[in-house]
Amino acid sequence: MDVGIVTYGVYVPCYRILPEEIGRVWGKDGAAVGKGLMVEMKSVPGLDEDTVTISVEAARRALKRKPVDPKEIGAIFVGSESHPYAVKPTATIVAEAIQAAPNLTAADFEFACKAGTAGIQALLGMVKAEYIKYGVSIGADTSQGAPGNALEYTAAAGGAAYVIGRDDVIARVNHTVSFTTDTPDFWRREGMKYPSHGERFTGTPAYFRHITSCAKMLMEKAGTKPEDYDYAVFHQPNGKFPLRVAKMLGFANEQVMTGLWTPKIGNTYSGSMLIGLAAILDEAKPGDRILAVSFGSGAGSDGFDITVTDEIKNFNRSAAPTVKELTSVYKVIDYAMYTKYREKIKMEGE
Amino acid sequence: MREVAVIGVGMTKFGEHWEKSFRELGIEAGYRALLDAGIESKDVDALFVGNMSGGIFLEQEHISSMVSEAVGMTEHNVPALRVEAADASGGVAFQQAVLAIASGVYETVVVGGAEKMSDLTSIGVTDAMASMGDRSWEGLFGATIPSLYALVARRHMAEFGTTKEQLAHVAVKNHYNGARNPYAQFRREIKLETALRASPVAEPLGMFDCAPISDGAAAVVLTTLDNAKKLSEKPVVKVVGLGLATDTLALARRKEITTFKATVAAARRAYEMASIKPSDVDVAEVHDSYSIGEILAIEDLGFFKKGEGGPATEEGRTALGGEIPVNPSGGLKARGHPLGATGVAQIAELVWQLRGEAGDRQVKDARIGLAQNVGGVGGTAAVTILEVI
Repeated sequence: MDVGIVTYGVYVPCYRILPEEIGRVWGKDGAAVGKGLMVEMKSVPGLDEDTVTISVEAARRALKRKPVDPKEIGAIFVGSESHPYAVKPTATIVAEAIQAAPNLTAADFEFACKAGTAGIQALLGMVKAEYIKYGVSIGADTSQGAPGNALEYTAAAGGAAYVIGRDDVIARVNHTVSFTTDTPDFWRREGMKYPSHGERFTGTPAYFRHITSCAKMLMEKAGTKPEDYDYAVFHQPNGKFPLRVAKMLGFANEQVMTGLWTPKIGNTYSGSMLIGLAAILDEAKPGDRILAVSFGSGAGSDGFDITVTDEIKNFNRSAAPTVKELTSVYKVIDYAMYTKYREKIKMEGE
Repeated sequence: MREVAVIGVGMTKFGEHWEKSFRELGIEAGYRALLDAGIESKDVDALFVGNMSGGIFLEQEHISSMVSEAVGMTEHNVPALRVEAADASGGVAFQQAVLAIASGVYETVVVGGAEKMSDLTSIGVTDAMASMGDRSWEGLFGATIPSLYALVARRHMAEFGTTKEQLAHVAVKNHYNGARNPYAQFRREIKLETALRASPVAEPLGMFDCAPISDGAAAVVLTTLDNAKKLSEKPVVKVVGLGLATDTLALARRKEITTFKATVAAARRAYEMASIKPSDVDVAEVHDSYSIGEILAIEDLGFFKKGEGGPATEEGRTALGGEIPVNPSGGLKARGHPLGATGVAQIAELVWQLRGEAGDRQVKDARIGLAQNVGGVGGTAAVTILEVI
């Protein structure tokens, strides 16, 4: 039995802010910061957008491409670190919005930037065990860096929804593995508005260790080598890290570029790797092999060894915008609008 | 007083040791030094530890007992003490150990220096380091150590025409040397343009004018010269000159800031004790926590006249193969600067140089080596002279 991706959809808000503009406000050479991080601009959610609206839109777009009967969706998981409610699920709102309620299970996941892929893994198990026919996992965020913090140049908004099922899959998940440790590289405690991070500790012992360990473990299990893959996609907190981790693992830049979107939209956190994977599926042909590895601070990586199936030929990819299409239309805003949209301005009565 | 020699040296690689604790770093360096000396911990009479701020970096004081236990010396209840003089802690600890042996109290002593800085964020490290200066009269008003060194650099530029390019040459040279040192944090050469283009830290000092945040430990084994001659199969390196001096804690209370009078005084004492002059020194390890620090050092130590440190560096006179190679280890800039470990690492480098064991960074025919270790912005300076016999 094949289990894997039945359909997928992506949503990224249309507003962008440039590193130059952020640097201008904080007295930094923003252009140099952006160049160093390989981030040209980052997406900004509008006033009426949050993780719920992004999740709903991404899920609806997935269902446009493949009209799965919502009543056959047995589970919805939403992975995010910016759920609008501390208590009350995002997943139930998505379930109602796509008319999948009430005969399903739903839950919100949190594992920094990899909660969406953790949801996919859970669904793969449920589908394979035939508890459910279809499941939806969404990785979406409207992340924030504290004003003036280095994170402000990259923390962006966006998300991707994946419908997981069996038999009619466009991309088969051959293997999935995870590498997890207790590594406090990045965190946000209850009640804190902005996350804290361990600066350079977020690099070598966190991002690089977890992704390389997970990818190696996955390739060992699959019996593959980097050259066996047509595409590779990694969590992308900036443009630089995924290229470096690819090089460390022995992947060429050409394998990575199709799925590298942080330079154009910033770090969409839970959406980051999943949007990159979507951009690959936007172009992939039957037989293409994809290695996908997420990373979530705290810390862990989920790895997926994926093969695109013949089913993609019957798949209505153009029913929803590709990542390239949906990110090619945007509106650049200044820091004043950014502070308004991100609700950083203290309003009367607050 | 009895004569004293170094019979063993060892250190960890300096860098970001996320996976190693302060204890583990100390054990690694200490073990390597004992191995190099060919003795065991039961042969050691006392332990001296240079550590600047276990209190702030690790929330751990009583470092002496901690290190003694970690290296297995509490089994014999050896005396152990911590010496603190900001980032001159290691150099001062070394000198205290020499005096303790020279006085006849101890025969064989291990001097360790260690710091683990990477457990704090950069803001935390900057604040911890500000305690090297005068907290009441400088730190509380926002002065950080790089900003104070920036004032020194500006004044040096104004008085002597020292340029940013000359400061950058310090970093370029030290990275060249560090690339040849397996213990260095940065083992890569840099171009002058890279150093000049780097983001500012405290103008005119940019990123490459500043030593990094580092974890690491270094250790040396000292014994009497008589013991050393009997024990050591390697060339014996004798301690021939010691100088320790202080100056005002606050830079604001100095009459002039383009010279560190503590360095001048410590050097004078060390040269007198060793009966040598600056031109007799074959190799020097100096305190380049900031590039301007190396310029000041090579002038204050008498290698070059005041104001000529910048041009001398630019002309390559302090490079490997130059007339007085300075910081063949890569210095604090490229080897790394775990504060309390630096002074001891300087001694380790000199010993390797004087024994002819420094590999690709070996200074040819080095017989006399000098180490200059500065605390804060010149509040303390320790100058030590070693000679191979």
